[in-house]
Amino acid sequence: MLLGLCSLWSSVGQVWAEESVAAPPPAAVEKALADLSSDDPSVQDAAVLTLIEQDDAGLLPRLEELRGNADRGLRMALKPAIDLLRNKNKLHSPDPNARRSAAADLAAIGKPIVVTWLEDARKAEPDRWVRYTIDESVNLIKLADPDPQVKIAAAAKLGELRSQNAIPLLTELAGETAPEAGGGTGQAEHMLVARAAKEAIEQIESWGSWTSAIETLFRGISLSSVLLLMALGLAIIFGLMGVINMAHGEFMMLGAYATFLTQECFKAYLPIGLFDYYFLLAMPGSFLVAGLFGLFLEATLIRFLYGRPLETLLATWGVSLILIQGARVVFGDLTSVVAPSWLSGGMQAMVGVQLPYNRLFIIALASLCVAGIYLLLFRTGVGLKVRAVMQNRDMSACLSIPTRKVDAYTFAFGTGLAGLAGCALTLIGNVEPGLGQNYIVDSFMVVVTGGVGKLAGTIVASLGIGGLNKLLEPSFGAVYGKVLILVLVILFLQRRPSGLFAIKGRHVES
Amino acid sequence: MKPITDPNEMPVENGESRRDFLVKGTKAAAGIGVAALLGNLGTWALSYAADKEPIKIGVLHSLSGTMAISEVSLRDVVLMAVEEINAKGGVLGRKIQPVVVDPASNWDLFAEKAKQLLLVDKVAVVFGCWTSVSRKSVLPVFEKNNGLLFYPVQYEGEECSRNVFYTGAAVNQQAVPAVEYLMSKEGGGHKKFYLLGTDYVYPRTTNKILRAMLLAKKVPAANIMEEYTPFHHQDYQTIVGKIKKFSAGGGAAVISTINGDSNVPFYKEFANQGLRAEDAPIMAFSVAEDELRGMDTTALVGHLAAWNYYQSVDTPQNKQFVANFKAYCKKNNLPDGGKRVTDDPIEAAYFGVHVWKQAVEKAGKADVDAVRKAVYGQKFLAPGGEIKMDEANQHTHKPVLIGEILKDGQFKTVWRSKGLVKPEPWSEYTNPEKGCDWISHQGTYQKKA
Repeated sequence: MLLGLCSLWSSVGQVWAEESVAAPPPAAVEKALADLSSDDPSVQDAAVLTLIEQDDAGLLPRLEELRGNADRGLRMALKPAIDLLRNKNKLHSPDPNARRSAAADLAAIGKPIVVTWLEDARKAEPDRWVRYTIDESVNLIKLADPDPQVKIAAAAKLGELRSQNAIPLLTELAGETAPEAGGGTGQAEHMLVARAAKEAIEQIESWGSWTSAIETLFRGISLSSVLLLMALGLAIIFGLMGVINMAHGEFMMLGAYATFLTQECFKAYLPIGLFDYYFLLAMPGSFLVAGLFGLFLEATLIRFLYGRPLETLLATWGVSLILIQGARVVFGDLTSVVAPSWLSGGMQAMVGVQLPYNRLFIIALASLCVAGIYLLLFRTGVGLKVRAVMQNRDMSACLSIPTRKVDAYTFAFGTGLAGLAGCALTLIGNVEPGLGQNYIVDSFMVVVTGGVGKLAGTIVASLGIGGLNKLLEPSFGAVYGKVLILVLVILFLQRRPSGLFAIKGRHVES
Repeated sequence: MKPITDPNEMPVENGESRRDFLVKGTKAAAGIGVAALLGNLGTWALSYAADKEPIKIGVLHSLSGTMAISEVSLRDVVLMAVEEINAKGGVLGRKIQPVVVDPASNWDLFAEKAKQLLLVDKVAVVFGCWTSVSRKSVLPVFEKNNGLLFYPVQYEGEECSRNVFYTGAAVNQQAVPAVEYLMSKEGGGHKKFYLLGTDYVYPRTTNKILRAMLLAKKVPAANIMEEYTPFHHQDYQTIVGKIKKFSAGGGAAVISTINGDSNVPFYKEFANQGLRAEDAPIMAFSVAEDELRGMDTTALVGHLAAWNYYQSVDTPQNKQFVANFKAYCKKNNLPDGGKRVTDDPIEAAYFGVHVWKQAVEKAGKADVDAVRKAVYGQKFLAPGGEIKMDEANQHTHKPVLIGEILKDGQFKTVWRSKGLVKPEPWSEYTNPEKGCDWISHQGTYQKKA
């Protein structure tokens, strides 16, 4: 890697050195600059071309300055020259994303001259995906070459590259009718080009259907993990304890605001270099804040309402309203959470498939949470006590299990999980007082469909609902996709009122 | 019955039964008593400045609930404009006395509060509403009681009420020029358009007009995609994936009428899936400075918006306006104080108050019918440049500005219309036969027989 960078830098030096050797005669540049203000578009175009061909390092700032106080016509004429030169410089930027963007933009400008620049840059390019984009750009430009042989080679190469970006151009080539003036050879060559284009399109499209299947799968898993993360806390509070907690969403909101506060503290008190790590602290922080508030709520409100679902529902709904307006009063609306740089952008998994880091992170986090909860509930003494109390409170009390304490800690754990979910949600959405309201219905839907009291049910249900949603959305659209999911859930619950995994035998409430 | 201390805090029921009406009547009577008392006190206090009673105006913006985020700023700027006018001696020698009510983002409550303002407080004019549904909900109240509403937000058009003055943009003053810009050489010569919005009346109507316009400009139907999401939609993975496919090969742009809290997830997903403003710029009609100040702008930089005003507009009167607004918020200890920003609806709400004031002065009285006639053709040097009220169609002639989003949540103007654009309540693309005219016709009319 280091070696690659070194070689890159040395090559940059070379390019610069070559340029300064072949410095253009200043007179030509001056003439071109003067021509730019010409009224004749063809003179303007020629001037731009001259400028690009004879560029030197000092030209870009001059052009920028020229644009600063130019009229609209001149600005338009200057734009291609400036874009080209700027992107040419960016081809040697230390940031691979910038190099990739530059390569893509050069293809979009589509002047044949950039091919040599791109090919030069490619030789020293250490990053595989930048090389890919450079290849793609070079061949996209060559596709417009007058020589049919070059066209055919470019089309074949683009087919190999599975370049989605080439589809519109290739379709044009494949559909073009032969030039009338051309003789027999022209006709034949034209057919060859069209055939090469068609083959390339087939290749790209068959690859495209693969990638879209993979993407749909990934999106399904990603949405499922978001749903799962939201529903886990509820599965414990509602599923295991039987408490209908309408303020569940607001505990997520608390977690999100805890994340926001951690970020602000890092901004205010710690050196800027540490900022990227605030998220690592925000996760336990939001869990603790929401958990402690859950403990407080349990002690002051919920404990008096056990076994009275209707009252709990109303009381927690009231709590949620208080929390929402409270957040609005305290925080106002100047709250944005900036994702740390290691969670922005995405990983290029294969051609045409980019997996966003924030989504990958949430999938990992949800899996970890599930594993953690399983270990806690089924592999530790605490978990044994929790399960004992949930199954038979009186018998547990007889066996000297402190049921009050267990209730309190279980509730706090559930709300803490909601806080953690809120922290994770800041990566994909915004932080605002009404945040929890967006998710509460989905959370309940997952828990009820999965079967109250069964964690496995919650997991399967979130996978099912998330996957189905992403499967339906491409063909039905977001609005009807959602409606359809609700209808399917209702129909499912008609057939199986107790959800996917029903608890058999005696139950908490019985 | 509980004693009522403040007419503005009257409990409001949703039903319209006879009993409700009677109860309200009694409450209202009590309210009027108190209001009269307050009014007397006010008059007494103001007797140094003017001998006459103040003119009451209503401010009907949500101060709580989901729309509060946007609407509170409009209340603030209206009160600021009132303060400015009062400091210069008021209107016709009379002070302006604002009556602020909170419809709480609830459409039914909007109608109730509007009724209260018109019938109980007897205000001369109301400044209010943001969402189209709230406007539609108060419209019958204003028409029945011949009230006057100044509506400051860009909207979907297809309305021509003589009881409303629209100081925001009609579709031909925002969406249509924005798409024309994208199609122009300067705007990148885009050929494919992805119309994406939240599922309600403004995006649907706007996109209907845009689709008609694109088809009229010979854009093939295959190059136009239209898609809607529910309110508060958070998962934009599939849609961004579709945009990515759609924009492959270049020449595509996204026209976004996404509303409120769905914007952040959308822009974030857009950036994270590797799409850039160079691949497919997003042109937004509902994202302004006031929304941006609560967002992480990294994912939005380089994308576009279309409005009639930006805080960055470089005129002396705008510099003054921005400074005044910040100072006003700071002085009154409003949330975020001096960090507040101005944007298009804030400007439109602000000059609405001044246009009304000029009209009252021209008419010589605050009577609704007289003021309405006086508003026609009224000109005002607004912060963003001079605007003009149309001579007949209740709307406003405004400039159109395309802006690029900057890192600090401000806009850089990249294109500006030549002069003012005449408002068209009925779009030439979807309703070419209809017009709006309250001088030579009775509102909406059919053009030529």
